[in-house]
Amino acid sequence: MTIEIPKYKLKDLVDKPTYFSGGHRLCAGCAAGSMARQVTMAFNKPTMIFNSTGCLEVASTIYPFSAWEVPWLHVAFENSAAVASGAEAAIKAMIKKGTYTAGKTDIVIFGGDGGTYDIGIQAISGTLERGHDLLYILYDNGAYMNTGIQRSGGTPFGASTTTSPAGKVVPGNTQFRKPITDIIAAHRIPFVATASPAYPEDLIGKVRAGLDVDGPAFLHVEASCNRGQRFDPAKSIEYVSLATQTCMHPLYSVIDGEYQLSRPSARIAKDPSKKVPLEDYLKLEGRWRHFFKPVRREELINKFQAEVDKRWAELLKKAGY
Amino acid sequence: MTRIAVTGDDAVAEAAKSVNPDVVAAYPITPQTIIVERFADFVADGEVDTEFVTVESEHSAMSACVGASSAGARVFTSSASAGLMLMYEIIFVAASSRTPIVMAIANRAISGPINIHGELTDQMLFRDSGWVSMFSEDNQEAHDQTIMAFKIGEHPNVLLPVGVGLDGFIISHAIEGIEPVSREVTQKFLGGERKAALKLDTTKPLSIGLLHLQDYYMEARAQVRDAHERSRKVILEVFNEWEKLTGRKYKPVESYKMDDAEYAFLTMGSTAGNARTAVDDLRAKGEKVGLIKIRVYRPFFGDDVTELCKNLKGLITIERSHNFGGPGGILSSDIKSALFNKRLSPLLAEYTIGLGGRDTLIKDYYSIYNRSKEAFNTGKSLPLFWWGVRE
Repeated sequence: MTIEIPKYKLKDLVDKPTYFSGGHRLCAGCAAGSMARQVTMAFNKPTMIFNSTGCLEVASTIYPFSAWEVPWLHVAFENSAAVASGAEAAIKAMIKKGTYTAGKTDIVIFGGDGGTYDIGIQAISGTLERGHDLLYILYDNGAYMNTGIQRSGGTPFGASTTTSPAGKVVPGNTQFRKPITDIIAAHRIPFVATASPAYPEDLIGKVRAGLDVDGPAFLHVEASCNRGQRFDPAKSIEYVSLATQTCMHPLYSVIDGEYQLSRPSARIAKDPSKKVPLEDYLKLEGRWRHFFKPVRREELINKFQAEVDKRWAELLKKAGY
Repeated sequence: MTRIAVTGDDAVAEAAKSVNPDVVAAYPITPQTIIVERFADFVADGEVDTEFVTVESEHSAMSACVGASSAGARVFTSSASAGLMLMYEIIFVAASSRTPIVMAIANRAISGPINIHGELTDQMLFRDSGWVSMFSEDNQEAHDQTIMAFKIGEHPNVLLPVGVGLDGFIISHAIEGIEPVSREVTQKFLGGERKAALKLDTTKPLSIGLLHLQDYYMEARAQVRDAHERSRKVILEVFNEWEKLTGRKYKPVESYKMDDAEYAFLTMGSTAGNARTAVDDLRAKGEKVGLIKIRVYRPFFGDDVTELCKNLKGLITIERSHNFGGPGGILSSDIKSALFNKRLSPLLAEYTIGLGGRDTLIKDYYSIYNRSKEAFNTGKSLPLFWWGVRE
């Protein structure tokens, strides 16, 4: 069964209930909160959430308070996929025995970039390979923001973090971001996609599709963090949209192996003049300040732009452009 | 009941089959036990209704167990040694999440150097995790305790995971006759399927595993402490009920020929078998010696131990486990604390034996006894000694 991504309109979405309440302790301007609320707007049946250790987990559930209005479980940092796979198996077994009465239950996992690219990848790979019916959502703000902005496998090139600081010799993070979506897609699971809280209709549609598909689904959400990426909190959504407009985080889906660009990226594919130069994004965030001050580092900007272009060209090819 | 000849692993797998858990999540790390292989056969042949999750690591095995148990399922797994060490982080969360998972542990030596043979240290090291932890002397005990573990852990006053140890190879791979308990008897004993009061319930949304800071962390840990205390009574009740059902008597601390004993061996796990034979032989030679066996290691039934020790001239602790730089062995340190609490101070000789599966024969027990008694006769205790190690 090939799944269609539902096409939502913002005016319809405003009436949808959310299951992530206000009063949580995420920072002002944190895109993880926007993402969490958008994700829950896609819920339409009994749903459970499994959360890796991270900002979203810590800030939403400081005892005795919880921002979650659906069952929610946190166990540890690296294992939320494994935890959820156990719950999925449990529900299956209990339905078979007649001891679980809520019926078909959607399972959502939230993990950050550290918990996904790095310490959690084994548990994720195993869970996907075993074919559990669940949706893993990676919210990727490009570093271990919760523990003090350390680099992860998801940290973009050149970004200055507390463990890849821009120094006199080393210009921030020396690696390009691990191509996590390709790695996940290589598991041949039925649904893989990227999304951004700057494009809520697209994100919510993909969450729904990921939950409706029979088997594992994965959604890679780019999320901004004004503390770790160093910018004005008011600019959070505007800046995260630049990750898509520059093609650093293109929006697409891989359904049963078939790549399809989503609207914001398809626009650029059809009209390359709409592709925003990476520099326009980099210069706005403090994590790349050393690309521009005290002297402009043309070679770093060019190196990063070349890699983004290369990956974008590869994606265009896969998507049939 | 019909008796069958099976290995300890098979005895545990048969017990799990009679329980018919909702979920088994397990991983065959070195060292592997046959428990889950046998259970996989039951799944493949449709003899159980279990969802069998073949996870990609022991860490994920315990994680999947916590997820499944939090969803309200009855959950079983097994592990040992290096695999158990990989689980450790989640072992603690399993207790604090109050998930009554049952884990059979074919106790084996921990790395390094790598070894795959019998030793209890692996399970003893999670004594402070909040798990109920008990050990078996033989295949029948491993079988029975696996079933009883579910009833203890799932009791509403407990809600804690339970570990059932069986010595690697000595029990896990050795064939003995057991009387297996049928599915029907087990289900009646357990009162049907698990009834989880607190779980991930979509009709009553609950958040589990929240961040507890300075203002609540101690209270959260105290709840595990209190549950652990309450488990003492439940363990006794479950053991009594089991005796009524099967005629097999279980006690947290057991004794053998202790009534008039002046000296005693104290041990845990399969070691009690050889110690028992040594007691018989020494008794035949006129020695007034008995045996104390610790079955339930956590919670520790210290008063039951001291009650048995109050008339002793000398106590000989023998443990197939080890530590470094402590105030004694792992087990003997507990024993010394329990004795101190009761202001008892029998002469004491402490031994670590049989690490990494090294044989400790009955004749070794004679030697240990003679060496200890000689010291006791001169009014001396003996510090922890690694028996049989080539220095």
